[in-house]
Amino acid sequence: MNAHAIEKIIKSAQPKVFPDKTAYNSISLSQIVQLSKATGVSSRQIEIMALENGVVPERYARNMKSFSPQDQIALLKAQVSIVGLGGLGGTVVEILARIGIGILNVIDGDTFEESNLNRQFLSIPEQMAKSKADAAAQRIKTINSAVEVKVHHRFLDAENGVALLRHSNVCVDCLDNLKTRFILERLCKQIKLPLVSAALAGATAQVTTIFPQDQGLKLIYGAEEKVPPKGAETALGTLPYAVTFLAALECAEVIKVILDKPGLLRNKLLVADLDDAVIDIVTLC
Amino acid sequence: MHRGTKIQLKLFANLQAFAPPAADNYTINAGITVGDLLAQLNIPEDKAKIIFIDGVKSELTTILRGGERVGIFPPVGGG
Repeated sequence: MNAHAIEKIIKSAQPKVFPDKTAYNSISLSQIVQLSKATGVSSRQIEIMALENGVVPERYARNMKSFSPQDQIALLKAQVSIVGLGGLGGTVVEILARIGIGILNVIDGDTFEESNLNRQFLSIPEQMAKSKADAAAQRIKTINSAVEVKVHHRFLDAENGVALLRHSNVCVDCLDNLKTRFILERLCKQIKLPLVSAALAGATAQVTTIFPQDQGLKLIYGAEEKVPPKGAETALGTLPYAVTFLAALECAEVIKVILDKPGLLRNKLLVADLDDAVIDIVTLC
Repeated sequence: MHRGTKIQLKLFANLQAFAPPAADNYTINAGITVGDLLAQLNIPEDKAKIIFIDGVKSELTTILRGGERVGIFPPVGGG
């Protein structure tokens, strides 16, 4: 069946040129969907097979000057867990679905309320009191139907966490409180999962990447026992441009982890204050 | 005898409320500790989770000589 699909992919490919005039072979979205239907092979597998055979799915064409075909294949084979689907999570889901992460594991037991509308891209007035996890799944499918979605309508905790996060390559912390961040970090360490963690208050943002052997959040917040449940965001709220900026930084870290690229914020904290355009990287240890 | 010297001070998020005038050219006595600086600015120690000097996390006991870039960051947890 695969040999048959590969033959059809190669037959469907059209010669095209990138903006810099270099040539490539392209396969369109509608052809991928059609081939998937005709062969019973998933769109994600068709995209992987295309890349393995020198054909670029057109929807990823603007990725391909930054990523090799092998990189794009690695992204399509990767599974990323997104914990929390509010401001950060909603934007992270959007970016990761568009860039072509193959499997998105979305976790949140919450529902939308009006105060989410200033910053949470998944929230719209018609969706009040509806599930954030459902909205994420729907949005991912709307953007990129090749992406496989695993939906969990529940809050992550110490008991359910391992089962929810298992099989992921990376986890993205998009939570809204300090206590659960420590629980998530412990779970990730337990199952040896790299964690990209970000948080904000007002226009002030921070992001770091924690590998299982790293000291992690205690370098930022101090000892877990003394950490308050919430931070400065209770006084300052959360601004949409800071949320979106920070979600983009989280995604850059996710991609570097999956592709084993240098430049990760390990044992480093990127801090930013968008009110006065200050960005700094702090060496934590 | 301590001599007056300047630091570049940046207070993040809600700590901005404790910022002295002209924080980016703030006068301290050379040789004071980071803890002394917090006391001088009336910033409670539990609100100053990360203090970094020239891009490196420091301790309350770290001594300031002047000329440093000092950032003070509170715990933030929003998403």
